[in-house]
Order: sequence, then structure tokens, then C-alpha cells
Amino acid sequence: MAAEKRLMKGNEAMGEAAVRAGCDAYFGYPITPQNELTAYMAKHMIDHKRVFIQAESEVSAINMVYGAAATGARSMTSSSSPGVSLKQEGISYACGADVPMVVINVARSGPGLGGISPAQGDYFQSTRGGGHGDYHHIVLAPKSVQEAADLTFEAFDLADEWRMPAMILADGMIGQMMEGVVLPEPKDPATRVAKPWAVGNKGKRAELNHVDSTQLVPENFEKALHARYARYDEIKRTVARWEEQHLEDADVILSAYGTSARVCLGAMQMARKLGLKVGLLRPITLWPFPEKRFGELAGKRFLVVEMSMGQMVEDVRLYTHGKSEVSFYGRCGGMIPTEEDVLAEIRRILKK
Amino acid sequence: MELVYGHPKSLKPIQTKYCPGCGHGVIHRLITEVIDEMGMQEKSIILNPVGCSIWASLYFDFDSVQVPHGRTPAGATAVKRMLPDHLVICYQGDGDLAAIGTAEAVHAANRGEKFTTIFVNNAIYGMTGGQMAPTTLVGQKATTAPYGRDPIENGMGYPIRVLEMLATLGGTKYLARGAVNNAVNVRKTKQYIRKAFEAQMRGEGSSMVEILSQCPTNWAMEPADSVGWVESAMIPFYALGEIKNELADVAGKEAGK
Ligand SMILES: Cc1ncc(C[n+]2csc(CCOP(=O)(O)OP(=O)(O)O)c2C)c(N)n1
Ligand code: SF4
Ligand SMILES: [Mg+2]
Repeated sequence: MAAEKRLMKGNEAMGEAAVRAGCDAYFGYPITPQNELTAYMAKHMIDHKRVFIQAESEVSAINMVYGAAATGARSMTSSSSPGVSLKQEGISYACGADVPMVVINVARSGPGLGGISPAQGDYFQSTRGGGHGDYHHIVLAPKSVQEAADLTFEAFDLADEWRMPAMILADGMIGQMMEGVVLPEPKDPATRVAKPWAVGNKGKRAELNHVDSTQLVPENFEKALHARYARYDEIKRTVARWEEQHLEDADVILSAYGTSARVCLGAMQMARKLGLKVGLLRPITLWPFPEKRFGELAGKRFLVVEMSMGQMVEDVRLYTHGKSEVSFYGRCGGMIPTEEDVLAEIRRILKK
Repeated sequence: MELVYGHPKSLKPIQTKYCPGCGHGVIHRLITEVIDEMGMQEKSIILNPVGCSIWASLYFDFDSVQVPHGRTPAGATAVKRMLPDHLVICYQGDGDLAAIGTAEAVHAANRGEKFTTIFVNNAIYGMTGGQMAPTTLVGQKATTAPYGRDPIENGMGYPIRVLEMLATLGGTKYLARGAVNNAVNVRKTKQYIRKAFEAQMRGEGSSMVEILSQCPTNWAMEPADSVGWVESAMIPFYALGEIKNELADVAGKEAGK
């Protein structure tokens, strides 16, 4: 029987996908535009007899996620930009202690309290390690409600497999809009990655388990960081993912993620109708960034479109190694570019 | 021959890094004695804080989770929710609990989270070298209160009585304050810890044992003088005893059966 298509808000679809992925514990704190997600989890986690706590702050919520995950549970939080800033300390600790977790950022405009409209100003914070120290974690950027659900479901597996936080970087548009979505079948708990490092239920286990990021001996710490970065290299090789269209003959390649990639898709179709050779390269994983694919296309002309003052554009420049002409078109402060805006930019670049 | 006094099984037989006369080591011992008596070693988890007792996981012979400074009760909340049949110990210093982590401590207590906090009040920031803590007494000197804690003129505020504050919350069921400055207080403190751990395993609400503890190093005192200072300066302000006890009267019920 074909799976049923349901009309859902992005926030609710991510919540349901998490429930189906076997999320054992959810911890959140209210913030717009992700409130439906916390409310969805409140109802469904309690109905499934799982753990739900409305924490006293995002700081507390992320540390609850860390505590639950330390016991081997699948654990998640969601928030929006100002709240995700508060979670950065906890994310740094989770990366330092190799604790898997899922963090959803339904981003809004900043800096500061900013606005509640969709924005993409959190790219640097997400991909650079927004907290202190040397680390990265997986960042997935959905462009639709369907993809938001699929990536949330998969984020739990990726986090467990690679022992690190996996972040969904959505935005207020993805969180708030309603679309048809086919939800994944519930994850069979028997197929979960084993977590022999988790605390509790010691039984006959010979070694103690300590979930800990402290290391006061510099020589040992350096070695540990090198080992972690070797794992990062493996992730770069195997996890990087992107969508590409019409790259072969493209005179200009649009590059964008999430909501702005959707706008670019429309702009590309309009441009193609006018006979303009436009392609699209949409990173789905922002970390690991699809750097190899960008490298292969070095020399081609790029137009990067973001709902920010320009953040991912720096990675496009970096990974095309100075061989590409890279232009930028951005809207910010909660403004969303239109297909017409992007088309006009394409025409300006191509002088057509 | 009967063994009447031995090293607790749950405490590793190694020398600690704590300074001579420090209270942390005695407190570790009391915790592990109770765990052994309850037969809970395999099912105990400690949340160790950022503070001098960051080393706790080196000494306790059971699993541990280390969280950021002050977030100990948030971590303990989740560990206990996921593993309700385990004995979960949230070990905190006064800076950890009553300054940077006040929100976490108050809200975990108010939710009635069923772990036990061991709150080590040494009236100072030990690990960072003797700064003023929220529990530093009025007039007590610290590196950041060089002329002594002055509540009004220099706006340093008053020392916080954490248990009395938490006692107003519905979620707290057992709040007791002990000390480790002499044998009598050590024995009483152990009883408080035992009551709190047993209440936790019965699934009663939030429990906390505050322990007045010596930090001779940062008090700039000889260990022998530091136990006297607990008696003469700390106990008059931080009254010892059960500040709140709303535990089910297990003994009473059994007697009445
Ligand atoms: C976010 C953060 N801020 C500050 C510190 C530095 N720091 C480490 S321990 C500590 C104070 C510990 O004092 P207390 O909780 O009283 O424990 P004690 O060492 O006295 O047992 C501080 C401020 C830190 N590690 N992390
Ligand atoms: S500095 Fe104070 S609290 Fe820390 S180990 Fe030394 S005596 Fe103990
Ligand atoms: Mg202290």
C-alpha cells in the first residue's frame, strides 16, 4: 500500500518525523517561529509515553538533551536563532564528548532579538561551530516540508552513526508553510546503532563509561582532536549531499540552500524558458559542504542567493579556489527574494 | 573476624588531587559508603560539576556524565528521566549551583526531579582560586572581595541560603544541611545522604543535601583552623539540620502495620 500523503506544517512534519525516528526524549523552550514543533512534541511524546520537558531556558534544554543522549537515548531539541545561540555552549560540549543529538533551528532574522520572519543568517554559526573550540557537526538544510521530514528522520541515524549533533537548519518559511508530505515508516528500534559508550545499566561491563569533554593534558588532547578530525574527513567523503540541475551547459550556476534554493529553482525555470543557460547547485548538507563538487565546477560562473548579507557565498568562493567568478544576491532582515528578483540578477550577470 | 571499617567498594583506592583538609574527599567517602550499603554501585551515575570536584569521576567507581558549569541539574534531570531505576547524583559546588546554575537548580527542584543533589558549600570558588561565591559570608575575604564581602556599599549582595529558598517549592521533598568539620557532623551528614538516596529510589520528589565543607587553601587557613571556622562562622549562618522533610514516613508506616 502506498504511504498516505498528509497536508502538514513544516514544524509538525519535523515533529512527526522525529517521533517516527524513535526520538526518546524532547526538550524545548518556546520561541517563534518553531512553537508548533514544541507543541506537537508535547502531545505526541506524552501520548507515546516518552519524555517531554518544557525547560526553563534553551541553555537548560540543550543540557537535558545531552544528559538523555549520554544514556544512549535518541534525544532532540528545537528552537529558533536567538535560542540556538544559547544552545551553542551545550553543542560544543556535545561535540567534545562525542554525544549524538538532533537540534532543529527554524531560523529567523538577526542579530539580536531581530525579527520573526525567515532568514538564513545562521549559516556561519551552524557550519563553523557556533560555540568555543575546534569542532564541527552535521548540518542539513531542507527546501520543502517533505525534505524537512525526511532529513529530520535521517538526522537521528547520522547523529548516532557519527557520534555528533546533527542540526536541521530550516527557516521560518519551511517551519510555517503547509505542504503535502509522505512520512517515513517508523524506525525499527532493532536497527539502531549500538551505543556501548552510554552510561547506565553497567551490569557486567568491565569498563566504566564517562561522558566527558574534559582533557587537561595537552598532549592527549591534541591526539584526541586529531582522531576526531580524521572522523570529520570520513564524513566529508561519505555524507556530503547536494542537488544539481542543468550544470552541463550552464553559463551561470545558481547556488543556494533551503528556502532561497526553492526561489532559485523557479528563477532557473523562468530563465531556461527565455533560453538562458542557467543551472542550480543546492547543498543539502551545509556541513560537510559539498566542497568536492564545487571544486569540480571551479571556473564556472556562480550566482549565490541567500536570505542574509552573504555567508555561504564565502564557502562557494573557497571551494572554487579563486577560479570562478562568484556573484551574490541577498535579501535580509526577514525579506525573501522573489523569482523575478533572481531572474533580473541572472540577466544582469549574463548581460541578456 | 568481622570487618568493621574498610574502604568503600564504590570509591577507587587512589589518592585524590584535593588539597589537604579539603571537604570534598570526606563527602565522596560518605556518598560511596551509602551506595555500598544500599547495594547500588552498578546502578549509580554521578553528574560531576565544573569546580574542584570535576575530578569526581576519577574517584567514583561508577559511570559519570560531565556537563557545562552550572548545568548539572539539567543533565541530571534527563539522566534520571531516562534511567529511573538508577541512583542519580547531581554533585555541585556553590558557584555551580547558586550562581551560574541557579535557574537549572531551582527549576529542577520545582519540577520535583527525582535525583539527589549533593551541594558542597565551601563559601568560595575553589577551582578558580578563591573568588567570591554566592554563599561567601558577609565580611569574608575573597580575591574578588579583597576587603571582605560587603552587601550594600559595593553591591556584593548577601549570602544565599539555598535550602531555605528551595523549601518554598512544591517539588522539593527533602532538604537537609550537614557539615564535615567533626565526627558528629560527619555521621549526621551521612544519615541525611542515606535518607535522600532512599527517598530517591522510592521515587519521592526532589532531594538535596547541602554540606558545609572546608576549603583551607582558598580560605588561607591551616586545615585544623578551617574546621573551626565552619563551626564559628558558617554554622551560625547556615543552620544544620533537616530544613524540609516531607518524605513518606516509611518507618512509621511499617511500625503501624
Ligand atoms: C561557563 C564557565 N564559566 C566559568 C568557568 C570557570 N570556573 C570553573 S570552576 C568555577 C567555580 C567553581 O566554584 P564552585 O562551584 O563553588 O566549586 P568548588 O571549586 O568551590 O568546589 C568557575 C567559575 C567555567 N569553567 N565555565
Ligand atoms: S581549592 Fe579548596 S575546594 Fe578545591 S581542592 Fe583545594 S581545598 Fe578543596
Ligand atoms: Mg565552592
